[in-house]
Amino acid sequence: MNAAFDRLTLTDVSRNFGRRRALSRVSFSCASGDIFGLLGHNGAGKSTLLAILATLLRPSSGQVRYGAHSATRGGAAVRASLGLLGHELQLYPELTAAENLRFFARLYGLSDVQARVRDALAAAALADRADDVVSGFSRGMRQRLALERTLLHDPRLLLLDEPFTGLDQASAAALIRRLRGLAAAGRIVIVATHDLDLAEGLLTRSVILREGRVAALHEDGLAVRARYEAALRPQRAAS
Amino acid sequence: MGEFIRVAWLVMQKDLTVEIRSREIVSTTVFFAISCVLVFAFALVKDGRTVVDAAAGILWIAIAFSGTLALGRTFERERYTDTLRALMLAPADRPAIYVGKLLAIVAMILVTEALLVPLVALMFQAALFDAPLLLGAILLTGTLGFAAVGTLFAAMLVRARSRDVLLPVLLYPITIPVIIGGVRGTAALLGTPTDVAMAQFWIGLLSFFDVVFIVLSLWTFEPLMTE
Amino acid sequence: MRKSFVVWVGVAAAMFVIAPFLVVRAPYESTMGLVQKIFYYHAPLGMLMFLSAFVSGIAAGLFIFNGRASADRISLAAAEITVLFGSLVLITGPMWARKAWGVWWQWDARLTSSLLLWMIFVAYLLVRRYGGPGSDKLSAAVSLFGMANVPFVYISVNVWRTLHPKTSVVPTLQPGMREVFWFCVAAFAVLYGVLLALRVHLGAQQAEVERLYLELDDRSELS
Repeated sequence: MNAAFDRLTLTDVSRNFGRRRALSRVSFSCASGDIFGLLGHNGAGKSTLLAILATLLRPSSGQVRYGAHSATRGGAAVRASLGLLGHELQLYPELTAAENLRFFARLYGLSDVQARVRDALAAAALADRADDVVSGFSRGMRQRLALERTLLHDPRLLLLDEPFTGLDQASAAALIRRLRGLAAAGRIVIVATHDLDLAEGLLTRSVILREGRVAALHEDGLAVRARYEAALRPQRAAS
Repeated sequence: MGEFIRVAWLVMQKDLTVEIRSREIVSTTVFFAISCVLVFAFALVKDGRTVVDAAAGILWIAIAFSGTLALGRTFERERYTDTLRALMLAPADRPAIYVGKLLAIVAMILVTEALLVPLVALMFQAALFDAPLLLGAILLTGTLGFAAVGTLFAAMLVRARSRDVLLPVLLYPITIPVIIGGVRGTAALLGTPTDVAMAQFWIGLLSFFDVVFIVLSLWTFEPLMTE
Repeated sequence: MRKSFVVWVGVAAAMFVIAPFLVVRAPYESTMGLVQKIFYYHAPLGMLMFLSAFVSGIAAGLFIFNGRASADRISLAAAEITVLFGSLVLITGPMWARKAWGVWWQWDARLTSSLLLWMIFVAYLLVRRYGGPGSDKLSAAVSLFGMANVPFVYISVNVWRTLHPKTSVVPTLQPGMREVFWFCVAAFAVLYGVLLALRVHLGAQQAEVERLYLELDDRSELS
């Protein structure tokens, strides 16, 4: 039972930890086909926002709607429709590539596990390394495997946290191609990243966060670096 | 219900596969348990010789200490690879994940006990094998109770600071009835004559403890693991 | 705080002024003499300690399932008082034991159970203090599990103790003693209520300060 949706809407989402505000009244929405960028300095709230979108964290106030569903009511159905590729790749190093995929496929209750695992390995270009333990893989290989793991259950919303970290040029280009393909196929893709040059060629829309607040919201993917620097220029001291 | 069992079994299988491949937790736990037994054997000395009546107590102390290490390590592993978050992200029933991890931990501790009990029997000339079924029942119910509470606490401490020291701080006071039951039950079996009625009483109490605390853990696992 | 609170503080103070006089005038217990009079403080403290543990545990359960911060404040306040009253029980108990039976501690069932409960709630406070963010839920679990543990602790310690029989602690109450005992129970109960209300109120004020900080943060951004 997947929740079917093609729009993600945030309304005044805030999150605080004690007296520290991590996010303050963040609002935006994205739709199928978007490759939406979350940009900002370290500590701006990108990871917190991603955790909220992944339903791992509840907002202190405000609402997140996945189409007509919400995380609180939707629960497992919403989780079945989203995928998160975290900064730590969430793979079991002692298991082989195939075993990792099989485990998650079964955990998600998917049918046709054999076929899906085979296809995922092919998409990750790891078919020949299927029975090798993941601890022996390079970062790029693990990344490809983790991405396929995230896509096994065909999620409608794909969340990526700093996916370009530690990737060489070729791997980064391959990832960009993959993400474009996924968005074109109707997924909503949200990418939190520091890498402004790569973001330039990838994003269709973006939001720039500053200290937990929306500093700027852009409806196209142009001039990412310039806009980023403009939005995050140090503010004059308040009088 | 079938789905619940399926997920629990899957998680347990995965944990045991990971452990069998790395052999890290069982080997370090067993070694630590043996060291524990030795330390207590040397420490509890009367008239220049080890106090043999202390066998039951030493066995359960070793189980408690090494069990705590095993719990800590299992969840530290999940934390390091961030796979605990991946488990929480899945649409699977959260209590089923708890049960899967619980069964895997119990299996690991039982393996440790399988090696520990003969060792203790040997070193303390303790007649631990006179009533093997009853002894097995005490070990099983006691381990299950200890692990039930331990798995919940270790899981929820993954996100906390000072988690290494907090796990024993939280776990030991709450599992004291398990230790009392385990030690007294084992001692009842070691006495001459074997006090079967006493052992059965303790097995009963431990079983009741297991039921209450597993139910409580199943109930609270999801709200405690989500922020 | 409300005016009625001051009245209760006054009542508690008055009762504690009267209590020592009543205790002095109570009849001497036949076997233990003067020393037995610690009982008039020790026993009510013990009863209220257990009550407080249950209050904390139930509030913790409500917090875990409902997420209401007010339940968490009550749980924390009750936990602190459990530790406070527990400490007093563990001080008066050995004092009594030493004078009555010559040893500070002889593992009597009730005192040992009190010690274990005290330790569980000290663990609650340690988690709260050192557990970092999210420790409110963690400590709530400790409180809930601790409360659920009380019957098991009591039974196992009792059965464990029958193997080392020693004199039991609480003698039956003669008529002259009963009134004094219940007066002391009432005095401590009022004190308990006062302390709990005070501590919960403090917690609510702290939460309000946090809320104000956040609001200030919001306002400064808008200007």
